[in-house]
Amino acid sequence: MATTVIRDLLDQAFPGGEIDVEDRTGGGDHFQVTVSSERFNGLSLIQQHKLVNAALAAPLADGTIHELRIRTKGTA
Amino acid sequence: MSTLQEQIKQVIDTEPVAVFIKGTPEAPACGNSMRALQALWQAGAPIAAIDVLPDPRIRQELTALSEWPTIPQVFVKGELIGGADITEELFASGELKTKIDEALGADHAQTVRTVELALGE
Repeated sequence: MATTVIRDLLDQAFPGGEIDVEDRTGGGDHFQVTVSSERFNGLSLIQQHKLVNAALAAPLADGTIHELRIRTKGTA
Repeated sequence: MSTLQEQIKQVIDTEPVAVFIKGTPEAPACGNSMRALQALWQAGAPIAAIDVLPDPRIRQELTALSEWPTIPQVFVKGELIGGADITEELFASGELKTKIDEALGADHAQTVRTVELALGE
């Protein structure tokens, strides 16, 4: 399932981070991801979102993710 | 005629606030494009909107330039500030208005227009 794929990719990219993946519509392609990670400490919001986009580049590129909402937080 | 990529770059570089959306400000075709437009409008931005839907190449060329995979994309003074989520977050914290006022001066006009790209062949 896409939710599991997304969660696994985020777990790999943000080890030890707090990760939540929500299928917003139940249709398996509109997602809200919330990531809290020390990797975000000291980064601007756009840099933080770029890290999430990079982690999910494959499902974004192949259309698995039709819509992605991102919320990020550092741990500092 | 300049290439599509040159036109996109030109819009980003010359428009104080450029937002690439699905649809138009009058008829946004996607909830996220609408969220970005609303945050920009509430922050008092002069909005120049570019519809990516008329040709898939617009989105391809834009993403190649910006390294941002999704639509909408908001640029202030040539700099990508983010998509709908960041634009909303920055609006809620007041940073969006500060950023726009700093970039344009506090007495700038609030306008909404659609910029058409020449698509050629």
